[in-house]
Amino acid sequence: MNRADLETMAQREVQRQQTFRCRILCCASTPCLSSGGSAVHDAIKDAIKEGGFDADFQAVATGCMGPCSRGPMITVQTSGGEDVIYEHVTPEASRQIVAHHAAASPAPVEYILPGDIPFFAKQKKVVLANSGFIDPERLEDYVARGGYTALGYALREMTPETVCREIIDSGLRGRGGAGYPTGLKWDMVRKARGDRKYVVANGDEGDPGAYMDRTLMESDPHRLLEGMAIAGYAVGADQGFLYVRGEYPIAAKRLERAIRAAERRGLLGSRVLDSNFNFRVDVRIGAGAFVCGEETALMASIMGMRGQPVPRPPYPAQSGLWEKPTLINNVETLGSIAPIIQHGAAWFAEIGTAKSKGTKIFALAGKVDTTGLIEVPMGITLREIVYDIGGGIPDGLDFKAAQTGGPSGGCIPAAHLDTPMDYESLRALGSIMGSGGLIIMDERSCMVDVAKFFMEFCMDESCGKCVPCRVGTVQMHHLLERITTGSATAQDLETLQDLCVMVKETSLCGLGQSAPNPVLSTIHYFLEEYMAHIRDHQCLAGVCTLDQAPITELALV
Amino acid sequence: MSVVTLTINDELVSAQEGETLLAVLHERGIDMPTLCHLEGLSERGGCRLCMVELEGSSRLQAACVTQVQEDMIVHTHSERLVKYRKMILELLFAERNHICAVCVMNGNCELQWEAAKIGMDHVRYEYLNPDLAMDASHERYVLDHNRCILCTRCVRVCDEIEGAHVWDVMGRGANSRVIIDLNQAWGTSQSCTSCGKCVQVCPTGALFDKGATVAEMEKQHNFLRWILDGREKNVWSYGK
Amino acid sequence: MSVKTSPPSRTRPRPAAEHPSGDPRFSLIDRTLKRFSFQQDALIEVLHTAQEAFGFLSDDLLIYVAHQLKLPLSWVYGVATFYHFFTLTPQGEHNCIVCMGTACYVKRAAEIVAALQQAYSVTAGETTRDGRLSLSTARCLGSCGLAPVLVLDGAVLPRETPESALERVRQQLMNATHNGAPQPATNGHAFEGEE
Repeated sequence: MNRADLETMAQREVQRQQTFRCRILCCASTPCLSSGGSAVHDAIKDAIKEGGFDADFQAVATGCMGPCSRGPMITVQTSGGEDVIYEHVTPEASRQIVAHHAAASPAPVEYILPGDIPFFAKQKKVVLANSGFIDPERLEDYVARGGYTALGYALREMTPETVCREIIDSGLRGRGGAGYPTGLKWDMVRKARGDRKYVVANGDEGDPGAYMDRTLMESDPHRLLEGMAIAGYAVGADQGFLYVRGEYPIAAKRLERAIRAAERRGLLGSRVLDSNFNFRVDVRIGAGAFVCGEETALMASIMGMRGQPVPRPPYPAQSGLWEKPTLINNVETLGSIAPIIQHGAAWFAEIGTAKSKGTKIFALAGKVDTTGLIEVPMGITLREIVYDIGGGIPDGLDFKAAQTGGPSGGCIPAAHLDTPMDYESLRALGSIMGSGGLIIMDERSCMVDVAKFFMEFCMDESCGKCVPCRVGTVQMHHLLERITTGSATAQDLETLQDLCVMVKETSLCGLGQSAPNPVLSTIHYFLEEYMAHIRDHQCLAGVCTLDQAPITELALV
Repeated sequence: MSVVTLTINDELVSAQEGETLLAVLHERGIDMPTLCHLEGLSERGGCRLCMVELEGSSRLQAACVTQVQEDMIVHTHSERLVKYRKMILELLFAERNHICAVCVMNGNCELQWEAAKIGMDHVRYEYLNPDLAMDASHERYVLDHNRCILCTRCVRVCDEIEGAHVWDVMGRGANSRVIIDLNQAWGTSQSCTSCGKCVQVCPTGALFDKGATVAEMEKQHNFLRWILDGREKNVWSYGK
Repeated sequence: MSVKTSPPSRTRPRPAAEHPSGDPRFSLIDRTLKRFSFQQDALIEVLHTAQEAFGFLSDDLLIYVAHQLKLPLSWVYGVATFYHFFTLTPQGEHNCIVCMGTACYVKRAAEIVAALQQAYSVTAGETTRDGRLSLSTARCLGSCGLAPVLVLDGAVLPRETPESALERVRQQLMNATHNGAPQPATNGHAFEGEE
């Protein structure tokens, strides 16, 4: 296939879609499926068949539409008309919806979600632009929306050097957490010497409370493959690995299928789009280890070993997989590549703030009215996300804190609700952007308990290689346990803080170095709560048991 | 090979390019605590005792896995570093059941030496007191998990020098254990050559000769140099 | 000694399923081994296949995989125990996973775990003594919008409470007794059922 064939394929598919008067898009992403989405999809297909609307109506199983707590979601596209979005759809409701659009019955208004609510209006979809509109299992759907044209353009009109330049100019930074400039990383691998090079897409999204990567892999797998192929061309790699978390079987299956479909059409494999560029992609399934999100541990895992990190330098850009130069990018980062090449670096750089360009996907969860997946321009305030997009805190309670960055991040208190969400501002608050988990907590969450939860997570996930992380996390968890059970003294809080700083500074990899962050940030903003536990034996949120006493007090009795 | 110049504790030092910082520190006679490092084995960077401060870098670096560089400015014994080393040693003592008074290695143990040198006189953390087994099924050696600090010297020597790869580590985090074959009794291992290298490189009383009693066990590391010099240079020199 | 007339093939075919037990499931492992041309770095993929075929990784299986990939036994055992996905003990007839990701935790998933642990006298990560139910917790299943989430025999169940969870597990165990075979839970979509 060459660029002209790609164009023809796109036109044909657009024409085919235009023959339908009405396209009913049903979300088939994990959250909607678990709310009964597949029954809805079946009901719609049945209703179309029974009504004899086969020629006019099309039912499409798509990726995620965003407001996951309102699922199962349906979007109806009518020729010439506005899209109509339906929420909480049941099989019965879906029959009504089909009947309504066939002009046989009034609209089931109770299921309609207005398209102009802030949840949609405040978002800007770049990476998720196709998510919810295409069938992730059909290559044609992706191509019809301009898919693989960026790869074609890069292969024909650009050199590896200019591709790297374009990514540097766009200001794109790694979406996995640390925010390293993506273009510079690419350029480093491009310049590195090696007879073979590799590209790795990091889809080991272990941060509890985050599912951006899964959604992208499930909803728009070809965009990721296109991003990887462009990366491969730019750095001179002919082999890519897609490391998918073991908990995401649907994503892995869709990616495997997408790879096969792309290879069949000559969009991956040898002589990509009739050029001299060859690029193979293989999927590797993770087996349940958070530490494998760390790049050196991830590479160990791809090579079939225990996922333990190794000290850097050497960086993967110089010596990575099988000691060859290796480019490792997060899935969301690679998802931003095709739009940048398509619309240009300047277009991308206009979105966001001075130092953080583009958009960021957040998995909004916890105590907000509408939870789900959102893509917003960098620099939007936390208040806009919580109160406009999320619709505020339910049950009339007050916002207490937002947790970003998962076990490596921290908590942002109400006083900082107007903080812009970008790499620098979050770091200044003692948290991190992280991969994009955003958990909102109300008054009923105890911050010491939250810190303990994350510490338990890190303790379980520590690989055990270095002493500070292996033993330090256990000891920190013990101390937090003491605070929540009421057996802690003021001395314990001091020991805890000392230990946090030591583990942060001496651990071998990112997991250990950031494990104390949730504790440090909650101590910083919610010291009163820690003191209330220790001094007054009180948990203001009513979560902790506090049924024990410090050993020093026991001696006095 | 070119020579680089660096500053260690305010003193100008020259070193060979490609050397590790730890090797240079040892050459200069600067005492650096180490537990997982052993000359002749690959570096692991796991015990974090040899952490040093590098000016211009916000992160501390482990000297054993850091290569010397021109104009590097190194501090090895700042107040902060000594404090951290003490804390790390305390964490190790709290992790398993290190009871020196009844240990075969009492007086010869590297963990004990390091603690004594740094002046560690108490442990401020809770002793975890895990319930761990001993394996005395081998006819000549004993494995005692209670004393193991997971430095993996045994794993590395068995893989890199003996070439048998009998040892590995199972589990993860605080539940990591060194294992033999399929986590089986040592005496039943078919891959073990009973060469005893693992016992000799073990820094603590986790591996010892059967029959040794309290404070009787001493270990020899110099066989590593002997083997490696022979293997790499065809030189076998006695008494070194 | 006879002289070979046919040209020697470049890669010598290995006999399939040479495992003495003759268990046909070993051929599934062999297929994966071949797909990765017996490369040692395919260890994790091979273990995935082995666990899918047999339900858990017995010593026998680990030895087989180690021999086929020409890896030391301790290496294979170390990898199998490093990753939480692999289990070295047989699993119960029914399998209940409670998500303990942050979103579920904030919405009190811990109470669900406690209720199930108490009702079936089993600790998370273990199987009941009669081998009927395995209870475990997971680190975020990525359905945070539906927290707290329960996965019962592969079906994802959203927005559970301790009471509803107990009821669902009770029904699932009963259903299977009546019909003699485990049934997928009624509400919700099968976790892997894509086709």
